[in-house]
Amino acid sequence: MSEQIEQVLSQKYDAGFVSDIESETFAVGLDEDVIKRISANKGEPEWLLEWRLHAYRNWLTMEEPDWAHLAYSKIDFQAISYYSSPKSMKDKPKSLDEVDPELLRTYEKLGIPLHEQQMLAGVAVDAVFDSVSVVTTFREKLEEAGVIFCPISEAVHRFPALVKKYLGSVVPRGDNYFAALNSAVFTDGSFVYIPKGVRCPMELSTYFRINEQNTGQFERTLIIAEEQSYVSYLEGCTAPQRDENQLHAAVVELIALDNAQIKYSTVQNWYPGDENGKGGIYNFVTKRGICHTNAKISWTQVETGSAITWKYPSCILKGDNSVGEFYSVALTRAKQQADTGTKMIHLGKNTKSTIISKGISAGNSNNAYRGLVHMGAKADGARNFTECDSLLIGDRCGAHTFPYIESRNPSAIVEHEATTSKVSDEQLFLCKQRGLDAEKAVSMIVNGFCKEVFKELPMEFAVEAGKLLEISLEGSVG
Amino acid sequence: MLKINDLHANVENITILKGLNLEIKPGEVHAIMGPNGAGKSTLGYVLSGREGYDVSAGNVIFNDEMLLDMDIEERAKKGVFLAFQYPVEIPGVSNMEFMKESVNAMRKQHSLEPLTAAEFLKKAKHACAQVQLPLDFLKRGVNEGFSGGEKKRNEIMQMILLEPSLCILDESDSGLDIDALQVVANGVNSQRDGKRSFIVITHYQRLLDFIEPDYVHILANGKIVKSGDATLAKEIEKQGYAFLGLDTSEEPNI
Repeated sequence: MSEQIEQVLSQKYDAGFVSDIESETFAVGLDEDVIKRISANKGEPEWLLEWRLHAYRNWLTMEEPDWAHLAYSKIDFQAISYYSSPKSMKDKPKSLDEVDPELLRTYEKLGIPLHEQQMLAGVAVDAVFDSVSVVTTFREKLEEAGVIFCPISEAVHRFPALVKKYLGSVVPRGDNYFAALNSAVFTDGSFVYIPKGVRCPMELSTYFRINEQNTGQFERTLIIAEEQSYVSYLEGCTAPQRDENQLHAAVVELIALDNAQIKYSTVQNWYPGDENGKGGIYNFVTKRGICHTNAKISWTQVETGSAITWKYPSCILKGDNSVGEFYSVALTRAKQQADTGTKMIHLGKNTKSTIISKGISAGNSNNAYRGLVHMGAKADGARNFTECDSLLIGDRCGAHTFPYIESRNPSAIVEHEATTSKVSDEQLFLCKQRGLDAEKAVSMIVNGFCKEVFKELPMEFAVEAGKLLEISLEGSVG
Repeated sequence: MLKINDLHANVENITILKGLNLEIKPGEVHAIMGPNGAGKSTLGYVLSGREGYDVSAGNVIFNDEMLLDMDIEERAKKGVFLAFQYPVEIPGVSNMEFMKESVNAMRKQHSLEPLTAAEFLKKAKHACAQVQLPLDFLKRGVNEGFSGGEKKRNEIMQMILLEPSLCILDESDSGLDIDALQVVANGVNSQRDGKRSFIVITHYQRLLDFIEPDYVHILANGKIVKSGDATLAKEIEKQGYAFLGLDTSEEPNI
């Protein structure tokens, strides 16, 4: 039976194609000059260049973290190009007609048409290709509602006060090794601002694509939800199939002011490498949000890609009665490794957090949940509930759980539940006896396991996520 | 429709079936009784194709085809249904979702269009009613948190939905109280249409009061040692297997 499961899991990656696009790409290597050139290319103000250089100098003094349950050879940061932009983007095209058609075709192939009339109604998209944002759709419609949704490189010019105030306010420049690197070299990403009392009229979505070889993607996303506002934001990612590893080190900062709500969903499908662990994206990402009084931040992630995933979307529950949620599905197969989880930092009174983590390991992969629940001294009446479930497929994979609980307040309540289960021969036999093939059976069992998380995703994404799992599990059955 | 010839089968290198012969014609109900460890459940698993049950000799002809050459889902699609003794849970997958996929897999086999959700629901409601399961069972995870009796009724519900040609009931009576037993038996009887055949594996004559068999076979030590009609079961009930001169010491139930 396990051989069949192996075949079911044999890999197929639909987004692995390369687009033939003329690019302006920096030579590999990193020093202060490279940072100055990135900053100059984007016409940044002096303060931002200084901000970057400060981060860079800080980064030079830091050590690459090695505490995660991940095994990989050291990253050569001098072998990476830190900037790549499609040539057609150089003179800031005014409309889609001026954008390289190949670029538009790339997104179409990925199922994300950028012409507004073809798009999913109700979803605005910012498409980031290597180091630049190609287009942001439905901007006018959003601006009518007062919502700002634009590339962060543009926000630096148009809304300098907001950027200056909030950039690095949740994830400081020196927060960790990869955040420091990102602060030094970040290229593009999305900027979202929801004014007071506004419920964002559409889903906002950013689609990240790495195309160029030897290029790292260092995007930066900043979402600010003013008091009593609401926004749902989606993020998707893919990359071509290449033999060498590529680095993706992003920083995402969320600010939910009093009574605001931010729902942040990710479907991460970076190229995971081949069956033998060759190639694939190294995904080292810092995502964190801060909740003010009565605010709520909800992270939902479906992680199926990347050779390595190092990612802990977190909430700082600063305001009283604020709420943090983390719903995660992480699927690893072949030789993928994932070390992912969350941090819920309870500072305010009566703060609440929920963590539901579903890890699925198959093949020779390793899947670790790492989570911190911190109850601060002033967090009277704070509560956390954590449920951490692992599903093993086959007998050569690993599931690991590293929960950290710190409580400095006797009135705080922390609950942790964990289970580990296997896709059993009995389950497969039952499915097959009812006429289902092994492929359908495994995908059904896995989808059932993930149900609690999928129901948190926005509708369009829930369907996509289910399909993605199915594709990830697809293969010929002998 | 089914002919088992000199069937030998091993589990983990232990020979369980040692030359079993059985012929079943369309519409017949055959009860298989026998002491623990005789190989009753093994017979069900071998016929349905479960891994780990190795056939070392003999063959099985099912509607003119070699049954043992087919894989599990192929046998299922051709009409072999096994009602499990211990149905396994599939958490998070609703009964509805599971059975709809299953029914549509069978329909595909017969070149029929898949049922829409509404069409399926109609059929499923009917099947639920026949085994007296409330409708919310369709929404619950497959066997998730079901009581023993509910699991058994759920198996019969699946049988009704899938309309198989050969139904193998593996101790569908075990652990049931008299009312539940009646429900299960009624569900089975409702499917007796003169064409569909049944193998009813049971320990107790009790079930056969409700599902009247055409034949009763005593399976012991891997072979059918005695066959008869319904009166044979009554005799066993009265006298135990000992009167057949069998060793009835406890063996693992495989």
